[in-house]
Amino acid sequence: MSTSRNALRRLTATEAKLFLRDPVTAFFSLAFPVVLMGILGSIPALRRTSAALHGLSTIDLYAPIMAVFTLLMLAMNGLPPVLAGYREKGVLRRLSASPVRPVLLLGALLPLYLAVAVVSLLLVGVAGVLCGVSLPKQVAGFVVAFAFSAAALFALGLLVAALAPSAKAGNAIGATLFFPLMFFSGVWIPRDMMPGMLRRIGDFTPSGAAVQSVQDAWTGHFPHGVDLVTLAVFALVAGGAAAKLFRWE
Amino acid sequence: MVTPVIEVADLRKAYGRRSVLEGVSFQVAEGEIFGLLGPNGAGKTTTVECCEGLRRADGGSVRVLGLDPVRQAAQLRSRIGVQLQQAQLQDALRVGEALELYASFYPRPCDRRELLAQWGLADHRETPFGKLSGGLRQRLFIALALVGNPEVAFLDELTTGLDPQGRRDTWELVRQVRDSGVTVVLVSHFMDEVEALCDRAAVLDGGRIVASGTPRELIARSGIGGTLSFRPGGPLDPAELAGLPGVTGVEESDGRVVVSGTGGYADEVTGLLARRGMVVTGLRIKEHSLDDAYVALTGHRN
Repeated sequence: MSTSRNALRRLTATEAKLFLRDPVTAFFSLAFPVVLMGILGSIPALRRTSAALHGLSTIDLYAPIMAVFTLLMLAMNGLPPVLAGYREKGVLRRLSASPVRPVLLLGALLPLYLAVAVVSLLLVGVAGVLCGVSLPKQVAGFVVAFAFSAAALFALGLLVAALAPSAKAGNAIGATLFFPLMFFSGVWIPRDMMPGMLRRIGDFTPSGAAVQSVQDAWTGHFPHGVDLVTLAVFALVAGGAAAKLFRWE
Repeated sequence: MVTPVIEVADLRKAYGRRSVLEGVSFQVAEGEIFGLLGPNGAGKTTTVECCEGLRRADGGSVRVLGLDPVRQAAQLRSRIGVQLQQAQLQDALRVGEALELYASFYPRPCDRRELLAQWGLADHRETPFGKLSGGLRQRLFIALALVGNPEVAFLDELTTGLDPQGRRDTWELVRQVRDSGVTVVLVSHFMDEVEALCDRAAVLDGGRIVASGTPRELIARSGIGGTLSFRPGGPLDPAELAGLPGVTGVEESDGRVVVSGTGGYADEVTGLLARRGMVVTGLRIKEHSLDDAYVALTGHRN
């Protein structure tokens, strides 16, 4: 028993080091969101509240988008190439031949990625406060929204990792999904500025529902049931399919 | 034979319709180096993978350290060490980190510092896997197979990618591993390796074991012998040589007599020459190696 706890601790520490040694993913998940918040927040016009945005400023809208961006980055550009690459190179096979089960790797990677997302969220929160964005007002709702968002997006990432035959394919499929999901999260046009039709479509994407629920909690409302159900459906369906389709070799 | 550490009986395995193992049986005794050899596609790797619990056999039985490798995988895996033929590590993972990581998987890991020194990896602790040469990677894989202090070590294509000196050094280290009490199962298609290293070996071909025994026995069983050639100092009747026990053929060309035979034929020939008081020059004896025996046993060129 203590061997497997020791193994999990060592595996997590090792994966953390490997994560930080991959500069691109580390930069885009940890540094990019806070840097973008800083840049947008330094523009006075974006800090001004507007009646059209229900009394929010543009930067108020970007804080939740950046929180979800990190999750999306880790789910689409982190999990698929890493896991598909491990399968392709035989890392998973080598683990299978040791006393630990390779599924322990998920026990190391998912908490690690969640921790990275939380660190990034804290950085975004601090940058937000400096730019006049309030801290999340509905704390319980915020925790629920963030947890549901992480579950939905990570499940989708695992499904891509299950389907991709190689690291290259994992990267390609992940990137192909990354851009539309980014779009519906509102990173280019915040959801509140989107035409009604696009916004309706976005409501049923995991990134749109994630940003909406995080934003609602941030501004003081408990997330809508529809958004949480959308996220839960993605988490369960994608997660279930990934568990069924994932091959360790 | 002492209590067998590995007992494989009538092992059968097919991938789809292609039958790979058609009733393989062998036993490995404690503390020996056992070789599994055969041409590509003979089923060597599948056989060891069934022993490691990585594959489920279709039929027959496998016991390693008295355990069922599939049903008692958890118990077995902490007592065996495995070097796989095609399994790499993460490029950015450093040698020292890889050893520490795998050490944490086992209840009684060995001393990593000693292992690094023993396998010539001490200077490469901080080198990432992606920057290691083929030889160093191979040594790291072997070290990973031994880091858990295993009772049985499975080494698949041990010296692939090593230079001749590296191969010899590796053989010496594997002998030391055996001398420390570890049973070693070696998968190889290098005959010199099996001849130099293995206490016993089995030759697999087409999913069956075609011969097993010590390397010497395998050579004897293949029925091939050697040749002895010389220039006689005087007249010699070829028929007389051909009549000696063990001699299978006598040829003469350019004044050189070539006698081929098996078993003790060479002693018979030299005995005859001594009785005749015949002085010969240019005496050459060629003994056949396991390589020749292997070709004779499997009908394949290696």
